[in-house]
Amino acid sequence: MEFLRPATWDEALAAKAEYPTALPIAGGTDVMVEMNFDVHRPSAILDLNRITELTQWSNDGGVVRLGASVPYARIIDELSGPLPGLALAAHTVGSPQIRNRGGVGGNLGAASPAGDSHPALLAAGRDVFVEAASVRGTRLIPIDDFYVGVKRNSLAADELIRAVHIPVADGPQQFSKIGTRNAMVIAVCAFGFALHPKDGTVGTGIGSAAPTPRRAVEAEEYLRGVLAERGLWESGDLLGTEVIQRFGELVKAAASPIDDVRGTADYRRHALAVMARRTLTWTWNDYSKQIRSAA
Amino acid sequence: MSARTIQGQKNLQNINQASKDGIGGSPLRPDGNLKVKGEFAYSSDMWHEDMLWGTALRSPHPRATILSVDISEALKVPGVYAVLTHQDIPGSKYYGLEIQDQPALAIDKVRYHGEAIALVAADHPETARRAVKKIKVEYEVLTPIVTEEQCLDPGTYGYVHEPHEYKSHAYGNICHEQRLVSGLGVTDEVRALADVIVSGDYEVGMQDQAFLGPESGLAVPAEDGGIDLYVATQWLHVDREQMAPVLDLPEEKVRLTLAGVGGAFGGREDISMQIHACLLAQHTGKPVKIVYARDESFYGHVHRHPARMHYEHGATRDGKLVFADCRIVLDGGAYASASPAVVGNAASLGHGPYVIPNVKMHAIALYSNNPSCGAMRGFGAVQAAFGYESQMDKLAAELGLDPVELRQLNTMSEGDYMPTGQQIDSPAPVADLLRRAKEMPLPPPLDTAHLDVRQLPGALSNTSHGEGIVRGVGYSVGIKNVGFSEGFDDYSTARVRLEVIGGEPVAMVHTAMAEVGQGGVTVHAQIARTELGVEQVTIHPANTEVGSAGSTSASRQTYMTGGAVKLAAEAVKRALIEKGRRRYGWTHDDITLAGGKVVSARSGALVSMVDLLGDEAIDLTREHHHRPTVPFDKETGQGFGHVQYTFCANRAVVDVDVELGLVKVVELTAVQDVGKALNPLSVVGQIQGGCTQALGLAVMEEIIVRDGKVRNASFTDYLIPTILDTPPIPVEILELPDPHAPYGLRGVGEAPTVSATPSIVAAIRNATGLALNRIPVRPEHLTTELPG
Repeated sequence: MEFLRPATWDEALAAKAEYPTALPIAGGTDVMVEMNFDVHRPSAILDLNRITELTQWSNDGGVVRLGASVPYARIIDELSGPLPGLALAAHTVGSPQIRNRGGVGGNLGAASPAGDSHPALLAAGRDVFVEAASVRGTRLIPIDDFYVGVKRNSLAADELIRAVHIPVADGPQQFSKIGTRNAMVIAVCAFGFALHPKDGTVGTGIGSAAPTPRRAVEAEEYLRGVLAERGLWESGDLLGTEVIQRFGELVKAAASPIDDVRGTADYRRHALAVMARRTLTWTWNDYSKQIRSAA
Repeated sequence: MSARTIQGQKNLQNINQASKDGIGGSPLRPDGNLKVKGEFAYSSDMWHEDMLWGTALRSPHPRATILSVDISEALKVPGVYAVLTHQDIPGSKYYGLEIQDQPALAIDKVRYHGEAIALVAADHPETARRAVKKIKVEYEVLTPIVTEEQCLDPGTYGYVHEPHEYKSHAYGNICHEQRLVSGLGVTDEVRALADVIVSGDYEVGMQDQAFLGPESGLAVPAEDGGIDLYVATQWLHVDREQMAPVLDLPEEKVRLTLAGVGGAFGGREDISMQIHACLLAQHTGKPVKIVYARDESFYGHVHRHPARMHYEHGATRDGKLVFADCRIVLDGGAYASASPAVVGNAASLGHGPYVIPNVKMHAIALYSNNPSCGAMRGFGAVQAAFGYESQMDKLAAELGLDPVELRQLNTMSEGDYMPTGQQIDSPAPVADLLRRAKEMPLPPPLDTAHLDVRQLPGALSNTSHGEGIVRGVGYSVGIKNVGFSEGFDDYSTARVRLEVIGGEPVAMVHTAMAEVGQGGVTVHAQIARTELGVEQVTIHPANTEVGSAGSTSASRQTYMTGGAVKLAAEAVKRALIEKGRRRYGWTHDDITLAGGKVVSARSGALVSMVDLLGDEAIDLTREHHHRPTVPFDKETGQGFGHVQYTFCANRAVVDVDVELGLVKVVELTAVQDVGKALNPLSVVGQIQGGCTQALGLAVMEEIIVRDGKVRNASFTDYLIPTILDTPPIPVEILELPDPHAPYGLRGVGEAPTVSATPSIVAAIRNATGLALNRIPVRPEHLTTELPG
């Protein structure tokens, strides 16, 4: 097994071009576990830990450009304001040790349906982009085009994830995850939700309940319609149980979960509906308070 | 009878003042700081010049015929020194704790998923793993025999072991069985005496010991043709007894030394890598180390028996039990391991700490193609307690009685009889334990005005901000035996040496006791200090140079090996005083040892130990045998079968998110009689640890097996409680001495593991109104089950 340790981003891209089957490693919180269990036996490991720019983020006021290796612990400490949904998701990742090492780039690279970041990234809107680079150049992959199958993403063999572009939150965001213990647990299922008052949309993200992380499109459309038709963005009035209930049902319908050792398909659907109702209620209550205090 | 109550940390400090580092004090354990800092040397940390790494090829099938094994390609891998199959075993091919039914390497068939078939030794662990993949095995895969129905119908589904292979009283696919009848038994006439009858079917999933230090050891071939094995285990001598015949060596040429143990809980009672490492070392003439990977560990040790139980209880209108009937089916898996003892415990303890005039019981362990099950903390008693305590709650509900009061109407006391006919001849304050658990202050209700998600079910997973949360409270009590039962003489040996080192009297304690975290090494030093009046005590490494210490299990080590240390220390004390009498002609009848001196109560210090000992050492070895027991009668279950009983009562307070089925245990109270707390701090720790393991069984811990295959052989999916799942565990300790036991002590480690699980399930039932007849309780059980 080759062990490649580039010092710069350009060297990393060159290495990935030369060894397209090389497995990138940053925090190692997923890669090393799989190797220890002999799930992967990669021909080469591409260690990105010397490339410090990957652990940096910037905020231009409208978009956060989050380096692929910024650890979850720093997302919680430094980005809870602009990226509240992702910060809540980061809270649920593994243990403190894992949160000190792991980052969103690893979640995206593994593209597991159970990755904790994904529902929050999907909920953050359609303007979330994965910045992928290769010796051929750089492209921005819309988050909706990124997840293509079970543990498969749309990266080309010579591409590396450099950063993720996430719009700064313009409304309340929430994230909920079901685990069968109260910490250090892989999601049985998870749900991310965000209100986007600026463009009058809402964002959803479903985790661990389909072959890929996915958006509950009909639920988003339904709610967008209700909020617009009833002037609720302006009034901040209560949504009413019927709307909340319907939204939960549509989220549930968007999932296609399976039975496995972590939970049953029926339970996952049920729990998604509950999480959808609750996160909608929490975010709307927050939004409503903002509107009223501004009025 | 003297009694004393210890409540929380405050009283522990008082005890410290009374007697600093002798018995009753709480000196800190010698390995504590090392373990916290990561500096403790575990068995997996060992290294030897020139050593090889061993690993095993394991079966992917739960049941198959092995048509051929081709090792030629594996042998060609550079760096490989040996590839062995059962044909390379020099001696007996079978071993086993109680019944020698398990092949050291599979012979012509495999009986469970993960059974070892061949061994490889190589100069690098990765090379060994690669070579294992080059071994070609041709299987004829057979349909595994995995359900109770399949096991009990061998005519249709076949045998796990062919009947002509049985090395015990097994029949069909039943490895062991025990019946019990007392009073009039349970007949229609007896049933007619009850005003109310409740019955239920209960199921317990397969729990794992989940110790963190994987199985590991280092086998070093010796010049005399023997072998030295350094290993993490629970009982050095019984390992040796099983190893020697397979290695074709006399026992004295198989020498074992205990290596650093990273947890055990029963999972190290059976052989794991011991024989494999020694076979490879014998074959290659080189030291061989084996360390299991985590998944291999889940395949490579026995688990807690899953159980299916049917209980029926009858009572009078005012709550007095009239009869109890029970059938317990334990799945023992492919090999016997400790199944007979587990059945014995389930049958004899399976009706709980209650006085029941008429009793029937039938307990069996099956042979199946599921993973082998054997010893785990509280075995037999843990499964049954979930059944009988669930029944007590059901009966209380049926009678409209408070669940604690119903129990107290029926609890046993000293002088009462077990269903086995054995009289309880030491304190059994069962009703009092329950009373105390109930009287402890309740935790405050959830503060909905200042919610902190970390305190809610789901915690930082952020699933509730107060929605759906319902609090529940539940109680339970349990009974466990201490020591080995049914006629087994599990004696312990201790050697104590007293000599002058550096101008100070120093005692050395040498036993073969496996320190697996229970704190025995701390307690042995405390006993030596108290008995010999010295401060300095050295603990000799545990090895087979001294006689057996029995197993570190069955809550027995402080009782048995602690008792042996006491006997040996008393013998040394007598020898020293006798030496003084000969030299100085003392005629005092009040001589003892204290503060490094020989002292007379009336005359004061007579001579310092340093002066009396001079250059001479007093070095004596003693065995400690508990009072004899007898096997239970096979049909009636009658007999003086157990050495000692131990009881614990619990109260659990839970918050349940009833919409999502998530549970947070808010508090888990334990009240236990320990006879005498030799080290109160360790006793509290044992009880809290036992409660936590019970919590795991209640709400999350299960090896999931489908069609004989293990589905979650990792800590990613076999979940054990984290600190966020572990509530405050207030502990109240009673000290009512048992006149038959050293210092009056009562074994501690298992009772809370037996009793705490049902209290948590009772609390969840209290919150949800659901029947919950299966543990662990999973979220989907709380969201899909209809109220019952």
